[in-house]
Amino acid sequence: MKKRLATVSLAGCFGCHMSFLDIDERILDLMKLVQFDRSPLNDFKKFKKRCDIGLIEGGCCNEENVHTLREFRKNCDVLVAIGQCAIMGGLPVMRNAIMHAEDPLRECLDTAYLNSPTVFNASNDIPNDPALPLLLDKVYTCAEVVKVDYQIPGCPPSGDTFWLAMTFLLKGTAADLPYELIKYD
Amino acid sequence: MAKTKVIEIEPVSRVEGHGKVSIHLDDHNNVQEARLHIVEFRGFERFIIGRPFWEVPVIVQRLCGICPVSHQLAAAKAMDVIVGAKKLTPTADKIRRLMNYGQIMQSHVLHFFHLCSPDLLFGFDADPEIRNVFGIIKKMPDLAVQGIMMRKYGQEIIRATSGKKIHGTGSVPGGVNKNLSVQERDSFLKEIDQMKKWALGALALAKNYTLEHIDMVREFAAFNSSHLSLVREDGALDLYHGNLRAIDAGGNIIFDQVDYKKFNDYIMEEVRSWSYNKFPFIKSRGHIDGWYRVGPLSRMNTIGFIDTPEAQKALEEFKGLTKGKPNHMSLAYHWARMIEVLHCVEKIEELLTDPDLQGNDLLVKGDRAEEGIGVVEAPRGTLFHHYRVNKDDQVTYCNLIVSSTSNNEAMNRAITKVAHDHISGKPKITEAMLNHVEVAVRAYDPCLSCATHALGQMPLIIEMYDVNGSLLERKGKCL
Ligand code: SF4
Repeated sequence: MKKRLATVSLAGCFGCHMSFLDIDERILDLMKLVQFDRSPLNDFKKFKKRCDIGLIEGGCCNEENVHTLREFRKNCDVLVAIGQCAIMGGLPVMRNAIMHAEDPLRECLDTAYLNSPTVFNASNDIPNDPALPLLLDKVYTCAEVVKVDYQIPGCPPSGDTFWLAMTFLLKGTAADLPYELIKYD
Repeated sequence: MAKTKVIEIEPVSRVEGHGKVSIHLDDHNNVQEARLHIVEFRGFERFIIGRPFWEVPVIVQRLCGICPVSHQLAAAKAMDVIVGAKKLTPTADKIRRLMNYGQIMQSHVLHFFHLCSPDLLFGFDADPEIRNVFGIIKKMPDLAVQGIMMRKYGQEIIRATSGKKIHGTGSVPGGVNKNLSVQERDSFLKEIDQMKKWALGALALAKNYTLEHIDMVREFAAFNSSHLSLVREDGALDLYHGNLRAIDAGGNIIFDQVDYKKFNDYIMEEVRSWSYNKFPFIKSRGHIDGWYRVGPLSRMNTIGFIDTPEAQKALEEFKGLTKGKPNHMSLAYHWARMIEVLHCVEKIEELLTDPDLQGNDLLVKGDRAEEGIGVVEAPRGTLFHHYRVNKDDQVTYCNLIVSSTSNNEAMNRAITKVAHDHISGKPKITEAMLNHVEVAVRAYDPCLSCATHALGQMPLIIEMYDVNGSLLERKGKCL
């Protein structure tokens, strides 16, 4: 039986997904072992079936990220946080520090609408359409929102790291990664 | 007014990053409006403020894992100005160019083979079970392997010049931090003929697809627009450096050979309430008519010629289709992209045989400046980076206009047209119809990761929730 694998990119840069594809021709071997469920690489927008493994790139910066992450927890036996963004918030988490500024909102607005020489905003309207998900008060890591089973560090983890970690995960054991493959960049 | 209902395509898949489409319909399923929303923001322009300038190329590339090199290079070019590096050493200039060609090659190949080829090869309305890269691997393994190996080649070039395949450190203010070793060079040279053969094959595939479906391609998401890109001084395609040229829908010059350091005088961005992505336009033409397109299709329209023989031949054929007039077909982006892949392979070959790549003179500096602007042609189009740095080496200002933002208006027009043509008035709306809309978005290869970068461009935080969903704070418009 092939294992079912789901992947998603939350508040990340997609680099972790790209790095996953850096397993290059080994993807042919991987496909003998796994069946892809929901993933940005195909057009399944919802879970089709319960999955063995879910890979999460990116932390949570809006309500939709939280919702998606909870869906993943509900539908995956093993949840793996991939990359610095998912594990520690990564660069987007730098906005949390600004949130402690005296008037962060004002600051954001000033940067956005007053001080940028290229802005044209005739109506002074601000993006507020109901189609846009609400932003969270700060960026959360995956583990702050749901239980995470494993973490693979790196920004991004290299293709080799992905490959080795996947082989362990598919066997159902914790990955024993050699020192050279664990990077906190 | 008649009630409208809304269909959402969410998330838009097989594109890079996060976005959704909403289609507003009346009771008879007539399309009122279709919108591509950029739904996320991460905040680079604001939180970079206060950081030391030499960190910037490394930080900003984390906007995007598909085109990190473009951001690294645009930022490094801006920082060259800050450190007073008027002219890079030949080694530094050529290493950066090599990196850029590797990047455009891998990004275009990924987009074509991994993300879009399923639509083209299986059909827009094929079964979603196979309409993806895994389907291609299953049904056309040879082709899939070509795509995988070409992307790998581009990624390896990036690793050799930048240190890592994704988010490396190669370009630094004033130059680069390594040259290319003879071993690295030789391993790339060994494979270059194979790459050229495959690039020609991919080009033929994209071209034949266009010609075989020409009636559909002429109609599908096609509309007139202006086009913008960098061009070299002699009008040649140059993906790393040049001056700005914009043409209107008829191919007439709007402006030409404009020093990109003056881009603020030529381009502005409109804010609209329903997307975190802004809508850039050419100032002189105003915010209604001033919108333009960027990227491979636009480059084929703006440039005079390509300075590598095979790609030039391909360009002539491409231009023949529209008798030398600008090509406005969204689906022709694919063909244009594959011409560029061939060009990159030819350029990589040219560079690899250049002994300057083994030079040891990597860095220059001069008088410090306070303001730097860097512009490159990214895979998806012209990319603008603008910074100010104070005496303590801290960034005090940052403004980025990313390629996919420039295509914002165009993508919205594309999906609106497709929604009108393929969904309006239909009694039942199917998955296949909705995939047509996504095919239109994909033609632009939007980098929604890039487009979500802005906190500086962030709208008002409307409501703030904590992670448990309880409302923390609500703010109205306070401007
Ligand atoms: S960890 Fe790095 S590569 Fe992965 S999503 Fe975050 S910034 Fe991108």
